[in-house]
Amino acid sequence: MTGWRAKFRRIRALTRKETRQIMRDPSSVAIGIVFPMIMILLFGYGLSLDVTRVSIAVVDQDASADSAGLVGAFRLSTYFGVTEVPSITGATTLLMDRKADGALLIPSDFSRRLHTGTAEIQILVNGTDSNQARIMQGYAEGSVALWRATQIGGASAGPVTVVDRMWFNNSNNSRYFIVPGLIVMVMTIIGAFLTAMVIAREWERGTLEALFVTPMLPGEFLISKIVPYFGLGAIGFVLCVLAGQFLFHVPLRGSLLLLCLAATVYLLVALGIGLLVSTLVKSQFLASQLVMTLTFLPAMMLSGFLYDLRSMPAVIQWITYVLPARYAVSLMQTLYLAGNIGGVVWLNLAILAAMAAILLAATRLATRKQLS
Amino acid sequence: MLHSLLRIIALIRKEFLAVLKDPRGRFIIFLPPILQCLLFGYAASFDLNSAFYAVLDQDRSPASIALLARLDGSTLFHRQADLHRIEDITTSIDYGWALLVIQIPQDFERHLLAGEPAPIQVIADGRNSNTAGTALGYVETVVNDFNADWRANHGQPVTSLRVVNRAWYNPNLDSRWTMIPSLIGTLTLMGTLMLTAMSVAREREQGTFDQLLVTPFRPFEIMAGKALPNMAIGLGQATTILLIAQFWFHIPFVGSFFVLYCGLGLFLMAAVGVGLFVSSIATTMQQAMLYAFLLVMPFALLSGLATPVSSMPDFLQTAMVINPLRYALDLTKRVFLEDAGFAQLGSDFLPLGTIGLFTLAGAAWMFTRRLN
Repeated sequence: MTGWRAKFRRIRALTRKETRQIMRDPSSVAIGIVFPMIMILLFGYGLSLDVTRVSIAVVDQDASADSAGLVGAFRLSTYFGVTEVPSITGATTLLMDRKADGALLIPSDFSRRLHTGTAEIQILVNGTDSNQARIMQGYAEGSVALWRATQIGGASAGPVTVVDRMWFNNSNNSRYFIVPGLIVMVMTIIGAFLTAMVIAREWERGTLEALFVTPMLPGEFLISKIVPYFGLGAIGFVLCVLAGQFLFHVPLRGSLLLLCLAATVYLLVALGIGLLVSTLVKSQFLASQLVMTLTFLPAMMLSGFLYDLRSMPAVIQWITYVLPARYAVSLMQTLYLAGNIGGVVWLNLAILAAMAAILLAATRLATRKQLS
Repeated sequence: MLHSLLRIIALIRKEFLAVLKDPRGRFIIFLPPILQCLLFGYAASFDLNSAFYAVLDQDRSPASIALLARLDGSTLFHRQADLHRIEDITTSIDYGWALLVIQIPQDFERHLLAGEPAPIQVIADGRNSNTAGTALGYVETVVNDFNADWRANHGQPVTSLRVVNRAWYNPNLDSRWTMIPSLIGTLTLMGTLMLTAMSVAREREQGTFDQLLVTPFRPFEIMAGKALPNMAIGLGQATTILLIAQFWFHIPFVGSFFVLYCGLGLFLMAAVGVGLFVSSIATTMQQAMLYAFLLVMPFALLSGLATPVSSMPDFLQTAMVINPLRYALDLTKRVFLEDAGFAQLGSDFLPLGTIGLFTLAGAAWMFTRRLN
């Protein structure tokens, strides 16, 4: 009984020391509170795949009522800013100087051939930014189709018409899938990056060796490190959820309780990585580089946060299976947008929980090794 | 003058020794950029290469089978399941088994033969709205082809308006062509900025920086001794990625190496300038690391690497005028793919030079202030 009480007291004392250390170091507070806020604001507002207004150069060589109608359709569209130029060379100059993102070329026989059903128009885009170019092509084709449909009176546009529904995100707002992923990014940085840096510093300075001559056990040491950083991560999480709700208006369709559970488990995984890396390399520079390579960059690029995993080559997809961020992003996106989809949620949670257990156990082992 | 030059050379030698003598240091400078370039080159793609879809064909007519055969015939769409009940649609989408569900209603063929519009419903998993949007676009294309053929085969008037799409500089709109040239700047920035910030901070923590300050070196020489080796390492990293882009990913380089390297030189000056400025503010390695990270993250994510700068809100676009990477990405992509020359790149060269001068001058001022 006294053993347990002593254990508890040791953990409490250490936790208190660790918490004070965080509070007194301005850079820790910066990364724990200011950083998540900056990230949420910058990326919540800044990361958007929605192409809003592209400038398009229009060359109308036909100058007929039909071609004017088509140009009018582009002018009316909120997606395009139209600049009319007299010649193709004018359009290409605008394109080369980046004053226009694309060009619409209407040949001189447009109106005549339109009535025989063989009309052709050309849409040129600058492909240097491929995704933007593709979206622009889609918008342009949409404007053409819309004009065509009103012109020939709806019914004959077809015969097969596609009624498309984008579930979970009716208005096709890319923020809907970016904000849930952002939560994972914030927790990765607090959990893994900050923890790794702080503990590597203690190894570098030798303060950990000093701790180990005390009666403290490795498990207690780990708990005392986890508790305060977990608290910081939890603050970051709450800030993210609030921003998602009130700034970005991303619907939370699943249960808040499950979302908190998911965040807790992922935070433990991130802390586990941070602790393990810093215990193994014991150098701030190396720890930071390793954590960056192992957690932050994969969380950004290989998690489904921005780039869809389904589009990646098979080999890369296999790699993503060992990355915790993949499961966390899938979990967050599902809980936010689709709701409590039992199978998806529990499977991802179970995998993350297993990862957390393995990482923390490995850290405990590594710490014990350093001791002896 | 000559003495000054000799002193700078001695400092440069010392700096290279400090970075490269540690095998772990050598490893961390060159291995991560190579791995990241390969990984992100394959992973960071908005292209849709395969889409699994499920079908609820309530018509089961020759027409519906012909339409589906067109989808199956494309290399993109893979039929994952044939559904039999409406409720199956929800499960297929919720669990992510299918990206799309295509529902063909019972009287599809009857409508078609009667010359009436025949709607089909396409439901997409909008958890990643970018992927869903792209997939819906491809379905439209397949349906349009089907329509054109149906009209031709059933003696209906062909009222087609053909849209010829052409993309300059990247004819197939391969997102790898956009991503990999962008990685030259991104990975180099992450490497050099961190390295520079850390190298001063480490000397400071170990006290050798104060020793350096009491030697006859002038502040300018110390700055040059720190800046030049890090710029050289950055150029090495950039060249490595350039080689991978050309010889591994086979992305055609159509521009001039001279223009590219002039731009990279200015960019690296700016990156090292920011790094030195950060290190002049930070007092410990940890702070230097955190501040550098605080800058690199938004610089990288809001540079146009992941999402277009033009889609950001105005205040962020304004804030990003200080982001050297934004100009570097524009520059490398345009030289790489568009063969842009000095005349077209003035809007990149000028800001890069300005950022470099300001940050280097700022850092020099901070260091001299410490001296007095």
